[in-house]
Amino acid sequence: MLDALTPMQDATAAALDVRDLDIAYRVRRRDRQVIRGLSFRIGQGETFGLVGESGCGKSTVALAVARYLPDNGRVRTGSIHIGGADALSMQGEALRQFRTRSISMVYQDPGRALNPSIRIGAQMAEVFEVAGVPASERMGKVEAILNRVRIVDAGRVMGRYPHELSGGMLQRVVIAMALAVDPTLLILDEPTTALDATVEAEVLDLIETLRAEMGSSVLFIGHNLAVIRRMCARVGVLYAGTLVEEGPTREIFSQPRHPYTVGLLRCLPRPGLSKHQTRLDTIPGFLPTSLADVKGCVFAPRCGLAQDICRTTEPPLIPVSEGRVSRCHFHEQAPDLPRTTPPAPPTDRKKVPAFRPVIRADNISKTFGNAAAPVYALRDVSVEIWPGETLGLVGESGSGKTTLAKLLMGLTPPDPNAIIELNGQKLAHLATARQPAELEALQIVFQNPDAALNRSQTIRGIISRPMKKLGGYRGAALADKLRGLMSHIRLAERYLPMRPRQLSGGLKQRVAIARAFAGDPRIVVCDEPTSALDVSVQAAILNLLADLQAEQGVSYLFVSHDLRVVRYISDRIAVLYLGRLMEIGPAEAVFNGPHHPYTESLMAASAAEEASGQLRLKGEIPSAMRPPSGCVFHTRCPRKIGTICETTEPELVQREGDHGIRCHLDLDQMGRAVTIEA
Amino acid sequence: MSAEMTVGAPAPEQAMETPKRISRERISMLLRSAPFVVGMLILIFWVVMAIVGPWIVPYGADDTNLLNTLTPPASDHWFGTDQFGRDVFSRVIVGSRDILIVAPLATLLGTLVGTVLGLVTGYARGLTDDVISRIVEAFLALPLLILAMLVITALGASNATVIVVIGLSFGLIVGRTVRAAVLGERDLDYVAAANLRGEKPIYILFVEILPNILPPILVETTVRLGYAIFTVASLSFLGLGIQPPSPDWGLSISQNYGLIGGGYWWTVLFYAIAIGSLVVGVNLTADGVQSVIDA
Repeated sequence: MLDALTPMQDATAAALDVRDLDIAYRVRRRDRQVIRGLSFRIGQGETFGLVGESGCGKSTVALAVARYLPDNGRVRTGSIHIGGADALSMQGEALRQFRTRSISMVYQDPGRALNPSIRIGAQMAEVFEVAGVPASERMGKVEAILNRVRIVDAGRVMGRYPHELSGGMLQRVVIAMALAVDPTLLILDEPTTALDATVEAEVLDLIETLRAEMGSSVLFIGHNLAVIRRMCARVGVLYAGTLVEEGPTREIFSQPRHPYTVGLLRCLPRPGLSKHQTRLDTIPGFLPTSLADVKGCVFAPRCGLAQDICRTTEPPLIPVSEGRVSRCHFHEQAPDLPRTTPPAPPTDRKKVPAFRPVIRADNISKTFGNAAAPVYALRDVSVEIWPGETLGLVGESGSGKTTLAKLLMGLTPPDPNAIIELNGQKLAHLATARQPAELEALQIVFQNPDAALNRSQTIRGIISRPMKKLGGYRGAALADKLRGLMSHIRLAERYLPMRPRQLSGGLKQRVAIARAFAGDPRIVVCDEPTSALDVSVQAAILNLLADLQAEQGVSYLFVSHDLRVVRYISDRIAVLYLGRLMEIGPAEAVFNGPHHPYTESLMAASAAEEASGQLRLKGEIPSAMRPPSGCVFHTRCPRKIGTICETTEPELVQREGDHGIRCHLDLDQMGRAVTIEA
Repeated sequence: MSAEMTVGAPAPEQAMETPKRISRERISMLLRSAPFVVGMLILIFWVVMAIVGPWIVPYGADDTNLLNTLTPPASDHWFGTDQFGRDVFSRVIVGSRDILIVAPLATLLGTLVGTVLGLVTGYARGLTDDVISRIVEAFLALPLLILAMLVITALGASNATVIVVIGLSFGLIVGRTVRAAVLGERDLDYVAAANLRGEKPIYILFVEILPNILPPILVETTVRLGYAIFTVASLSFLGLGIQPPSPDWGLSISQNYGLIGGGYWWTVLFYAIAIGSLVVGVNLTADGVQSVIDA
């Protein structure tokens, strides 16, 4: 490795020392404060996590540390020292040297961090070129560092362009580049957020191993509490640009001492928890718009423990125990923070006669491309959803989840011999050919509310149009219906004249849900409805969906990659892999096992956010253009029996009860993934 | 904790931007954009001149004075006189009238035709799109001026013909811009949601999609206006646009350019400056609008 220390640095100083940092963005000729009085320290070889929801200023901190704030961003007061050197005073060549040698950053989306028109090898060699390595040695060093991030076939990867590699592979390349110069500080800004759980597990393993090998000091920024808990020794919780709690990760997560941390942890569906047992707790309210106007504690308006003093006097960072601080006047009471939602789930569930499934999809296949190069997005999938139940649909990206959702909705046609039935009536394959009553019965909530809501229309227009179109409501009847729906969805009526961009992400998703419920839907497809939202907002949306289901007896097809969310909301679960249904059954049976080796791997990957040393899926999901022979999962299967898996595709066999598994293994040979209790 | 909060209702929404504040913000950004302000001043000047010109100019635009021909610029004739003794200054001011009617109308027609064309081709895709797009490309392969000359020669020159010819050919160009914008919208989930409640394509196009693509259409319109002015002036110069006895700029240049060799530069230069300033004014305005919309 290269000599990491520039002359001004001191090997014994803290890797990162941030003191009283105050950052503002200049917006419309006014300063908008985003970070206030932030101090923290990362020792040599330490991994420090900075956790918080979107808008709390985490990425701003990372950019300020790398001296890469946007043009309108300014450090107003405070200091940043990296390896003892004052980062804020550097200019020109010194700043360039500092960025070359002292600091490396890994961003969320590796696809955008790499230049698409330069081969991986040449691109990585640039790092060594800047560091002054002679041209003859560069490629050798690139190969060595690629081997270091466990890329087996380094020579081949170096000859590829970024678009030819998968997301997980790209993120390894980016990590390799970041570590190439052995920086004083490595900043990881949501490094696994864009990756599938199975790939995320591998990348986290890699980061952990490399950190141990190289003794790097790491600033790990994330919103995923589980990942932070696994990766970091110490953690700082950021809320509205203010550090509200800091200390050893295990202590903070097991005994949080700030109401915000307590609330955040309660929002997460715990493993094994379901909607029938309890509502999720939420954090009411919103981030303050302007930090300048905040007097007293920044969290007070949303805090169930707030007293008069909280609204007038800002609490200092109060020492809680050795190496632990909390910015709360009443930190000792924090664990007793009152719940904001009643814990008991709704009991008066609407009973719906259930003599036939509300939707039945039989023999669904979807082939893209032409006859010469067919891509099988879905192969012979059959599912039923019964009235009032939720079918959870899980699988990695590329498994066909969203395709199945779109096929049921009639947004794209399935291959000809598919049958889709609504209440026993055959449905046309395309939505444009379906009857109004059928359209009304089958609605969808999309993943991204920004794309799903027309930005030029008002909330009133967005919600009332389907009422007019599908229900034929007009005038006073329409106004009544609208008012009723708004109160059901817990949306205040003053949002009606606003446009989507004026609402927060959670409110926008509520509007999207309101639109789906504007008719009288019998089944609502939820396509990753909470994955674009923060955990506290996610909890509120999941509660809402569960409540609406209890009140109206509606069924859901709930697509998600987050197993805990799926477990919480679903009654039955279907697992897709490369367009095949691998397992389907009651949520408990699927989660508790014994389950299909693929399900087992997915669950292990989900648990891997919290712990290392679990079962790992090797490699990436194969291309649907060339699916493996026999059982499509055999190339990655941890429990492969032998040649039978490569030659014969197993049937989806009903095991106990309604539990179907597509595997050659006998039930007693299948594994059970270890779930970790929070 | 209020009762409202206990059922999980959102607390009062943070004061985000209201639509009024957004449009006021846009306008104040426009007013702070130097290109926009300068371009607008030039445009306003010419529009005012076109409206009140005939009543404020010192001489009638068509008043000849054969005893006082081809005099250079002086205090009684600021821009000099032409070969019939007409006051060039008065003619430049009044000459703005026709072009400021013909060019904007042609642009408007082009925008309307282009918007419909782009909405249909962008939304239909498939065969409809392929057929229409190839025809459009075939037309666009011909230089606009040549195309216009062919049609106008066949139909006879008049202001109406010029408007229709320029409008239709601009419609093809605007249509491609609109089509690209529609392609960016049509796969968004709000269009899927509209399909899922059985909306007809015409509703989806004009009520759902069109309002979202107005900004690029506005930019394209202002850019096209600059080209329209230029094209009208060129056609008039070739005798195929605005017809005599209008003091139109392009027409006047074509009547006088033979005199440049004799040293009578003022009979051409001031008309040319007028055309140039109007085109520059429109283009500066377009730049300003574009930068604010992209911001």
